[in-house]
Amino acid sequence: MKAKVIKYSLLGIIFMLACAVAGIFIGSVKLPAADVLNILLSKIPVIGGNIPHTWQSGVEDILLKLRLPRVILGLFVGASLAVAGAVFQGLLRNPLAEPYLLGISSGAALGTALVVLLNIPFYLLFIPSIPLAAFCGGLVSMFLVYALARTRGKLPVQTLLLSGVVINFSFSAIIMLFITVSNKGLAEITFWILGSLNNANFALLPYVIGGCALIMGIIYLFANDLNVISMGEETAVYLGVAAEKVKKLMFVLTSLLTGLAVSVSGLIGFVGLIVPHIARLIAGPDHRVLLPFAAFLGAGFLVLADVLCRTLFSPVEIPIGVVTSILGGPFFLYLLKRKK
Amino acid sequence: MTAALEAKNIIFGYGEKMVLKNISFSVAEKDFTGIIGPNGSGKSTLLKILSRSLRPGSGSVLFRGEDIFKLDTKLVASKIAIVPQEELSIFPFTVFETVLMGRAPYINRFSWESREDISIAESAMELADIKHLRDRNLDELSGGERQRVLIARALAQMPKILLLDEPTSHLDINHQFDILELIRKLNENAGITVLMVSHDINIAAKYCKELVMLKDGKIFKHGPSHEVITKEIIKEVYGVEVRLVKFAGSKTPAVLI
Repeated sequence: MKAKVIKYSLLGIIFMLACAVAGIFIGSVKLPAADVLNILLSKIPVIGGNIPHTWQSGVEDILLKLRLPRVILGLFVGASLAVAGAVFQGLLRNPLAEPYLLGISSGAALGTALVVLLNIPFYLLFIPSIPLAAFCGGLVSMFLVYALARTRGKLPVQTLLLSGVVINFSFSAIIMLFITVSNKGLAEITFWILGSLNNANFALLPYVIGGCALIMGIIYLFANDLNVISMGEETAVYLGVAAEKVKKLMFVLTSLLTGLAVSVSGLIGFVGLIVPHIARLIAGPDHRVLLPFAAFLGAGFLVLADVLCRTLFSPVEIPIGVVTSILGGPFFLYLLKRKK
Repeated sequence: MTAALEAKNIIFGYGEKMVLKNISFSVAEKDFTGIIGPNGSGKSTLLKILSRSLRPGSGSVLFRGEDIFKLDTKLVASKIAIVPQEELSIFPFTVFETVLMGRAPYINRFSWESREDISIAESAMELADIKHLRDRNLDELSGGERQRVLIARALAQMPKILLLDEPTSHLDINHQFDILELIRKLNENAGITVLMVSHDINIAAKYCKELVMLKDGKIFKHGPSHEVITKEIIKEVYGVEVRLVKFAGSKTPAVLI
């Protein structure tokens, strides 16, 4: 079992790194490989001082201020959305669950948009206000969806998805309303509703990296519990898993994870649907193998999608949510059909 | 002597409707007890409470004298294993992965299954005769094979008590026979206490040493099988006249309509 985790994690890491390299090099400005290597090496403490400064400063700016942060952001957002999707699917025993379709992402986006539009200070009692608002928004919409969908103690697939869609539309509409009233313009709306790794608030990057890594680590400790819970809540009780407690904790952690991702990237749909399914097809359903594998695949996938956004119709950039939704829509329909 | 499992004054209702009206009985160590009764008599609900998937309105369930709802959930899962009627995962877990989940009560979240856990799961599969299905997906199996997987998973829990919910209800008689013989062996050779819910009086009478007959949420009769399966009791509980046929070498008769 351990060998399987290592095997698939390595596979995932290789894919992720390949995508990251593509993300750094592909773009409207060509970056010479030697320069990129030298710039990166020069930033490493101790040995960095020995690297001769042979590159133009423009190259360094593009690499360190544009491409690299954007790639790192893409990696963490992609991994977070993929892991959140995988966890939701296991918890709800529903292959169509994912943070965007469940409306969790739109709650997080609403929270973030409010903080930005109301000019709330960056820190509230030492906590960065944007991720906090995104987390609260995600949690609120999760409770709403849960309450709407729950019928006679059960969570039927259809009502769950419908509730998610309703919350999604309502919250997206509220975001549009706020943005329109505040005269921010169409670009801002597109950013929130269709997602983008462009214009991201890079000041949030350290929080996103630290927060996402920590939360995914904690979730991983519950991987075997997720296996048992995915067999059914009664089975979980029979096998000694405190299903109710684990479920609540996972819902909070995934809301936090989704919130962090959305606060820097807006609404990016279907990543949490496509990636876990592909990961499961390749590596099997055991969450101890699946979660890290899906994280790496999701990371690479989103960076690739972002490369497409930047290059397909260059110099015009398409929102990343457009790319993921064009890929995700048919995938969703396929899963829906197969289920019947 | 403390009973292996004891139900004490269990009362349970769905809303206004009372399903269990003060049920008390106990199962001795190494016993093989069946719970029978007509549809709606409360036998499935009773088993759900004994297996902790429902909490009783009042009353308690004791494992060797201790309340199973107050004991640590992992500890209970290492003592009492449940074989549900049906169970389907939405994910394609293999037979081996499913059986290995039976070791969940013994693994903490910072560790992996040990070699010992894996060999316990292997021998559970051997006992249930599903070794050849090891790497198959659950949804490719027949009803009888799936039932064996669930039994193997329960065995991997190394339980003292096995609770079974209609273990043969969807099966042809050849598979019924195999499964029941397997349970009998576990009871006789491994000394596992067995409590089984069945709607099939004849199966219950043939395999169980003791029977609990439920009627309208109450215990109508609890005793050795041959004392429970009588013309009068069946007439009283099921409302039908039946014929009983006795076979040489068996204390308990078979019921014919």
